[in-house]
Amino acid sequence: MLFYIFKRVLMTIPVMIVVALFVFMMLRLSPGDPAAVIAGDYATAEDVERIREQLGLSEPIVVQFTKWLGQLVQGDLGTSIFSNKPVAELIVQRIEPTMLLALSTIVFAVLVAVPLGTLAAYRAGSWVDRFVMLFSVGGFSVPVFVLGYVLIYILSLKLKWLPVQGYRSPFTEGIGPFFAHITLPTLTLSVIFIALIARMTRASVIEVLEEDYVRTARAKGQSEFKVLMRHALRNAAVPIITVIGIGIALLIGGVVVTESVYNIPGLGRLVLDAVLARDYPIIQGLILFFSFIYIVLNLLIDLSYSLLDPRIRY
Amino acid sequence: MSPILDIRGLTVSLPKQADRPYAIKDISFSVNAGEIVCVVGESGSGKSVTSFTVMGLHDKRALTPVAGEILLQGDNILNASDAKIRRLRGEKMAMIFQEPMTALNPVAPVGEQIGEMLEIHTSLSGSRRKAKVLQAMRDVHLPDPEKMYHSYPHQLSGGQRQRIVIAMSLVLEPVLLIADEPTTALDVTTQAQILSLIKELQERRGMGVLFITHDFGVVADIADRVVVMQNGEIVEQGPVDQVLGAPGHPYTKMLIGAVPSMTPPDRAEVTGETALSATHLNKQYGHKGMFGRGRVVDAANDVNFIVRRGETLGIVGESGSGKSTVARCVMRLIDPSSGEVMIGDTDIATLREDKLRPHRRDIQIVFQDPYRSLNPRRTVGQSITEGPVNFGVSQAEALERARRLMSIVGLAPEALDRFPHQFSGGQRQRICIARALAMEPMVLIADEAVSALDVSVQAQVLDLLEDVRDEFDLAMLFITHDLRVAAQICDRIMVMRKGVVVENGPTAEVFSNPQHEYTRSLLAAAPGHGVFDKETA
Repeated sequence: MLFYIFKRVLMTIPVMIVVALFVFMMLRLSPGDPAAVIAGDYATAEDVERIREQLGLSEPIVVQFTKWLGQLVQGDLGTSIFSNKPVAELIVQRIEPTMLLALSTIVFAVLVAVPLGTLAAYRAGSWVDRFVMLFSVGGFSVPVFVLGYVLIYILSLKLKWLPVQGYRSPFTEGIGPFFAHITLPTLTLSVIFIALIARMTRASVIEVLEEDYVRTARAKGQSEFKVLMRHALRNAAVPIITVIGIGIALLIGGVVVTESVYNIPGLGRLVLDAVLARDYPIIQGLILFFSFIYIVLNLLIDLSYSLLDPRIRY
Repeated sequence: MSPILDIRGLTVSLPKQADRPYAIKDISFSVNAGEIVCVVGESGSGKSVTSFTVMGLHDKRALTPVAGEILLQGDNILNASDAKIRRLRGEKMAMIFQEPMTALNPVAPVGEQIGEMLEIHTSLSGSRRKAKVLQAMRDVHLPDPEKMYHSYPHQLSGGQRQRIVIAMSLVLEPVLLIADEPTTALDVTTQAQILSLIKELQERRGMGVLFITHDFGVVADIADRVVVMQNGEIVEQGPVDQVLGAPGHPYTKMLIGAVPSMTPPDRAEVTGETALSATHLNKQYGHKGMFGRGRVVDAANDVNFIVRRGETLGIVGESGSGKSTVARCVMRLIDPSSGEVMIGDTDIATLREDKLRPHRRDIQIVFQDPYRSLNPRRTVGQSITEGPVNFGVSQAEALERARRLMSIVGLAPEALDRFPHQFSGGQRQRICIARALAMEPMVLIADEAVSALDVSVQAQVLDLLEDVRDEFDLAMLFITHDLRVAAQICDRIMVMRKGVVVENGPTAEVFSNPQHEYTRSLLAAAPGHGVFDKETA
């Protein structure tokens, strides 16, 4: 098992290198002089030259890549062209809201979706099931920004239960304000994941409930609740965990819109600002960072399979 | 003494769209303490519905008991509340199932699964529970219970799993054990062991056993009394000697008559040309890992045989013997590790796929499970004509051939437009045979082709296979675990164990004078050996 984990961790290295190469080539392969592209329409010749020097664009491309890779390994993601701050530092500054929002969303989604999906599976064909499925279709269909503004209108402006926007850190500004501010974006973001996870849970549990060992559990005189909890859910878990993992990855990458709607100073906002300003080092750094998160999450999902199901051993 | 289980006039209705109004109708029989009652019948007879209804495990959306009563020690189960039924399950009545592979939860250690029974029904402490579980595991003769307690089901063999299920069902010492085809999925030698275990436990504890089976061999070995069911009704019941020795109902007579005899008929030696031969055929699975981990399994080890046109060679063995591996290598569904496979004059063992394809039509296969080997979304006609069309036969001609083959296998040519689910298991197997024949092969492989069928249907399909072999002068490779079936259809027999051929010879010789000890143990383990073969010998 340890050997397997070690092997899987090693296998992520070539993947990361390929991602790095891709990110590196992105700027170099764009048409025209990258330094001029970055400098923008109103730059002087000196500006372009300064950027060229700063990015090391006049050296041979292999040398550039090797140097850049060397910096990456040391955690140096480059320097922002506009703010002149290290990209790594900018990411670290913005990471907390994004991670906490992703976490609260997925926790909330799982807490709602797994029981809903299980109930729908257990009562397949009943009105409970139809309601859950209807909600699922709805959840998939409503765009995040529409739902976001509707929730703001109802919960903040009309009922005045929650603040309209902003972010408070639980570490420096206290737990209460944190929850007050995180609730609306969590609700908004979680709807689609509740829909997704509930659907997957339902399908997976329905399949497992047909299995012989569920019948065996009933033949033992086990109560229906425990049949579901002990025998059905754990066996149904692998596809559910997969969806949850993909959900977390999508959340971290996909918070751009929510963070804009709710004015949260997270990574999503950093992406947006960097793209608008053509701050390439930040964009590159963020792409690398998001790829890294995806790879780590995938690794964790794969490893969790063998914890959930003893038949999956490597 | 009043019976433990007394079923009186039980009728269970089917939903409106079903092909008959009742799953079982007016069933009455009883099980006494210390008695094994076998309910025997073919698929659709209602024997499983009966046993599941007793346990309250029938599909409640489809099946409704509408009349009669089920008395367990005098209490009518049909009136009991859900909570009471749950309490009775495990404490008073317990059930073991057909598929030990799937009856256990794959993600929980087996010891805990036995312990769950105690957790539900008793208030024993953790350590007392474990001690009782270990004792139950010892009672069913499992090796090293301390260690096996923590094993997961997939780490155990089929027989061991069935012992776990038995230990689980008997840990609370119920008065009634319901066994639904508990040995059908097991190898014959394992089956013999499980049957004797059930008998041993039943005698030691004096419980009543309701034993569901389709196999008269098993009935002969284990039953005190027999209940014969057909289409949801009881056609005959009585003591085992009476039902087997002097059956009163024509259906019982037919079922008993359909049990293939262990005595092979006289067969002349076949002298046709060699159609298929294997020489030094090997197949290894797995490979040495980078750090010397991993292991190599010899699924087939130096297998040699020939099959002549018009001849049937049987490969007999238990699960893991390598018999299916040989069939698959010969078909090139998997690649042999080494050796020669000659079809006619061509060695196909190492041919590249593009060179191999023209030879594929020469060798065709019929699989075990007729429910899964036909594409459910294609009509039977499409399935049969697909192969010939791939080999350049025109659609019209392929269809004409399909119509002819349908009547040869005993089905109406008009049925070509229908879909597989509209046919019974036996009919589907006939379709699979027609599909194989449509390719006009030299060699036909039947891989457990009759194992999933009821005995009466089995006999018909065996006859059909023999007929088409003679009509088309086929060389037939007949893979089976069932010695009775092998005795009836094979000219020669090869017995395999763990990838190695241990015995090889004309069928009559192998049965009358087995050379290898393993062959002898297989023959001895065949259910009903004593009872049925005295009659026919």
